[in-house]
Amino acid sequence: MTRVHIPSPLYSYTGGATQVEASGSTLEEIVDTLEARFPGLRFRIVDEQGRIREHIRFFVDSDLAPQLACAVEPGQEVHILCALSGG
Amino acid sequence: MRPRQRARASRRTQKPVVLVGTRKGAFFLTGDAARRTWKLTGPHFLGHIVHHAVLDPRDGRTMLLAVRTGHLGPTVFGSQDWGRTWQEASQPPAFAPGGSLAVQHVFWLTPGHAEQPGVWFAGTSPQGLFRSDDAGKTWEGVRGFNTHPRRNTWAGGDGTPDGPTLHSILIDPRDPRHMYFGMSSGGVFETRDGGKDWRPLNQGILADFLPDKYPEFGQDPHCIAMHPLHPDRLYHQNHCGIYRLDRPGEKWERIGENMPRAIGDIGFPIVLHPRDPDTLWVFPMDGSTVWPRTSPGGKPAVYRTRDGGRSWQRQARGLPQQQAWFTVKRQAFAADAGEPVGLYFGTTSGEVWTSADGGQRWARLAAHLPEIYSITTGVRG
Repeated sequence: MTRVHIPSPLYSYTGGATQVEASGSTLEEIVDTLEARFPGLRFRIVDEQGRIREHIRFFVDSDLAPQLACAVEPGQEVHILCALSGG
Repeated sequence: MRPRQRARASRRTQKPVVLVGTRKGAFFLTGDAARRTWKLTGPHFLGHIVHHAVLDPRDGRTMLLAVRTGHLGPTVFGSQDWGRTWQEASQPPAFAPGGSLAVQHVFWLTPGHAEQPGVWFAGTSPQGLFRSDDAGKTWEGVRGFNTHPRRNTWAGGDGTPDGPTLHSILIDPRDPRHMYFGMSSGGVFETRDGGKDWRPLNQGILADFLPDKYPEFGQDPHCIAMHPLHPDRLYHQNHCGIYRLDRPGEKWERIGENMPRAIGDIGFPIVLHPRDPDTLWVFPMDGSTVWPRTSPGGKPAVYRTRDGGRSWQRQARGLPQQQAWFTVKRQAFAADAGEPVGLYFGTTSGEVWTSADGGQRWARLAAHLPEIYSITTGVRG
């Protein structure tokens, strides 16, 4: 299982949980696991063409992961973050 | 109680509501039956961008919000209990996978035909048309437009500053298969077969930002309206003027030429009288030089015509008389069904203004709200 850190705009989906556990060997699989548990979450952070949304960032440990195809090794942590943007 | 008495009693207990969509959430204004006192409630979805908040006139209960945030993707929320609880669409509007298009935001919501309860339509940015058959819980693309062989050609060109949009989805009350919509940019389009095929309907509409000033498509309609009792009468506030079209005619007439020269006929919203097809209102803005998009001269005013656009009257009593630089976005001006008709507009500076006498006198209903994106009206039983 991978620990996933959730940003505050998604707390309404996770019931306020700031960290959740999800299974998967890629970000894609982990996001699908999250979607199954928290319906609606995926489309808020990934568009219908499978692209990470413009103002969302995924990190695997401390490395920026630009695509959902990025691998996640056992023991690594995933951070879903909101980019500095907006107003 | 006799039917007429019952109708009168029902009108006394019905409360007018104004749904306000803003850049930072949704608010509701609920009035008394006489429209004298109003109560502001909200925010709902504080911090979320609400492009459109619409009450279903068919059941007077279903309310949909087109929502996104600065970070998160677009979705639709619905409520059946005046915002006490909300349900998110399990399948929000989204283009088909395998292409390049992705919905950036849901911009427009239209309840479907009176004989098709539960049907809603949504317009998005970039330009897409979507349909729900279950009151907004799930949405499917209208393939007849979204995958039309000419869709990319029609929708090409520049978009508006917040992205190109599909808006003003209009359904002929005589025939649900007959619909119109507008694209900014792209122009006005029509279907007569329930959305299987579409065609441009832009004859006579200026596009001063293109080399061909009167093209088949590519214009920038800001807001289109069809009269509910006389659906062959269309009006249209465009990037390049105010227009009228009487079907089955094909060529729009620029009725904005009759506006005062110093004011011009540029603006975003257009509002029709619910019963009189010759009466409508616009809110002009400064579209000169660099397009300041403010009230002309800092003196906001509504303009009304009662003869289908042959003449226009300024209606500014009660509005700020100087140094007021707000304007009104395309979804942010609406009429109610009252007698006399009530008007409501929301400003870019977060104020809601109303007139209970068809625009002759204006009063401020609310202030200090976030930038207002939409104003719609309804009745709470």
